[in-house]
Amino acid sequence: MGQVIEANELTKRYGSTAAVNGLTFTVRPGHVTGFLGPNGAGKSTTLRMILGLNDPTSGTVTVDGRSFRDRPRGLRHVGGLLDAADVHGGRSARAHLTLLARSNRLPVSRVADVLEEVGLTEVARRRIGGYSLGMKQRLGIATALLGDPPVLLFDEPLNGLDPEGVMWVRRLFRRLAAEGRTVFVSSHLMSEMENTADHLVVIGRGELIADEPLAAFSARGTRLSVTVRTPDPAGLAAVLISEGAAVERDEPETLTVTGLSSDRIGEIAFEHRVLLRELATRTASLEDAFMELTADSVEYLAGDRR
Amino acid sequence: MTTLTYVRNFEAAEPAARFRDLLASEWLKLWSLRSLRWATGLGALIVVAINANAAFADYSNWPHYSQQIKDNFVPAWSYESSFTDISALVMMLFTGAIGTVAVVGEYGSGMVRTSFAAVPARRSLLAAKAAVLTALMLVFGILVTAGSFWVSQAILSGRGVGISVTEPGIMRGMLASAVLAPACALVGMSLGVLIRHSATATGSVIALLLLVPLFFTEDRYWSAVFKHAMLHDAWRYLHKIPAIDGAFKAQLPYPSTPGGAWLVLALWPVVAVVVALVVVDRRDL
Repeated sequence: MGQVIEANELTKRYGSTAAVNGLTFTVRPGHVTGFLGPNGAGKSTTLRMILGLNDPTSGTVTVDGRSFRDRPRGLRHVGGLLDAADVHGGRSARAHLTLLARSNRLPVSRVADVLEEVGLTEVARRRIGGYSLGMKQRLGIATALLGDPPVLLFDEPLNGLDPEGVMWVRRLFRRLAAEGRTVFVSSHLMSEMENTADHLVVIGRGELIADEPLAAFSARGTRLSVTVRTPDPAGLAAVLISEGAAVERDEPETLTVTGLSSDRIGEIAFEHRVLLRELATRTASLEDAFMELTADSVEYLAGDRR
Repeated sequence: MTTLTYVRNFEAAEPAARFRDLLASEWLKLWSLRSLRWATGLGALIVVAINANAAFADYSNWPHYSQQIKDNFVPAWSYESSFTDISALVMMLFTGAIGTVAVVGEYGSGMVRTSFAAVPARRSLLAAKAAVLTALMLVFGILVTAGSFWVSQAILSGRGVGISVTEPGIMRGMLASAVLAPACALVGMSLGVLIRHSATATGSVIALLLLVPLFFTEDRYWSAVFKHAMLHDAWRYLHKIPAIDGAFKAQLPYPSTPGGAWLVLALWPVVAVVVALVVVDRRDL
């Protein structure tokens, strides 16, 4: 497949600190790939290196087997939204997109197409400086789509979007991936990826933590736990503990049990004639898995003394 | 579940990259900014107004001039009013600042990342910007120089002392004034690429073009050489016409030459663009 992004031992140092350290991963077409990590993990630096804006200290990153800097024109190959603020506020959206289209020898009709696609047709003649963050995000997405490229990069694209906008972006990403494109989307919020990505590249402090399907990632995080509600929590807790479970009492009638399956808990309760009002398995949330895996690599911890 | 998905073929041939697409894009980039259009228009008006005012001062004071001044007024003094020293300094200030803003506006806003992601061939893109800026500022220089000459001579002809462009040396002086505009704009552009910060870059352009020449004098050899290597002095030398050229040269212990002055006007922008092209390719954005 042509349009893959391949990073190989990618490293970027600023002085003595490594923003990105020996990163190796592959992003394939046909999927939405989430690029996750806490703030300061090196996501933006990596995306900038993919787009040739920053040069790696060592290692390589290629798109379709070529370093992006080696291409004379970029919009037909990779569309990128790195920062919605990377525009000149003095121009209209139409002027902004038209000059970019001209530079890449794209038909100027593409400008109207992408403006329609992102819903900015009505305001296309207004100066970008007066746009809200959400409108700038839409303009950034329009810019990325301008050259109809097989590879798309988005850095925190959901910032500033309203719920309707978030839904729209998710549908757009899925459609772009279904068309056979490579879609690489960064975020520091796991919950944003939960309904968007199929595959995850997770980094922390510039190093790779995981590169696997979303389902595999969420499964490896937290142990399963079971919520049980009963009028006799003390009695049930005693027998469950004797069966080897760990039990926590959350509310007067509610227990959180780990170490036993919900089937086994039901059997034990039946054997001991304990009435159950609720028995539910809590699957590990992606957020939990993410927090657990990146806990060691959080750059700026709240309350951390510098 | 069966999903029917139309998977696109992305192997379509890409049209060849052309420099003229970049020229068209950079032209849109410059001219779509209202601030730049204002600076260009306002700059032109101010320079012409300064020269019109100089000519009008001569027109008003004419009855009080001594007979000696009146006898020598044509062509040297008539010509001086067509493009004064002050108007040249103001034009340098405007064009230098326009060149700086053309790039610093892009760096300061972050637009530069969008631009270079669209056109990874950074040198080509900056060369296109330099070419568009040169063309725009050359037209600016020609319009301002010709406009100043026409307005000032129209005013002076009210006293019968207007001159024509066919007088010897005048075309050379006007040409030097016209090319001074793109030369300063390209120096401004280069400093913008080097410094990237709006206020610092604009301040540096003004210092380099207008203040540094003040440190040098004509009376010591090396100081004179450096002074003649400044854009403003090169312009001043070429601007003098033969009628006063002799007197001007006679005062100087180490006079410059026309060839030397043209070389200075050419080298500044060329060196500026080369430095910018080297630097833009090496820096992270």
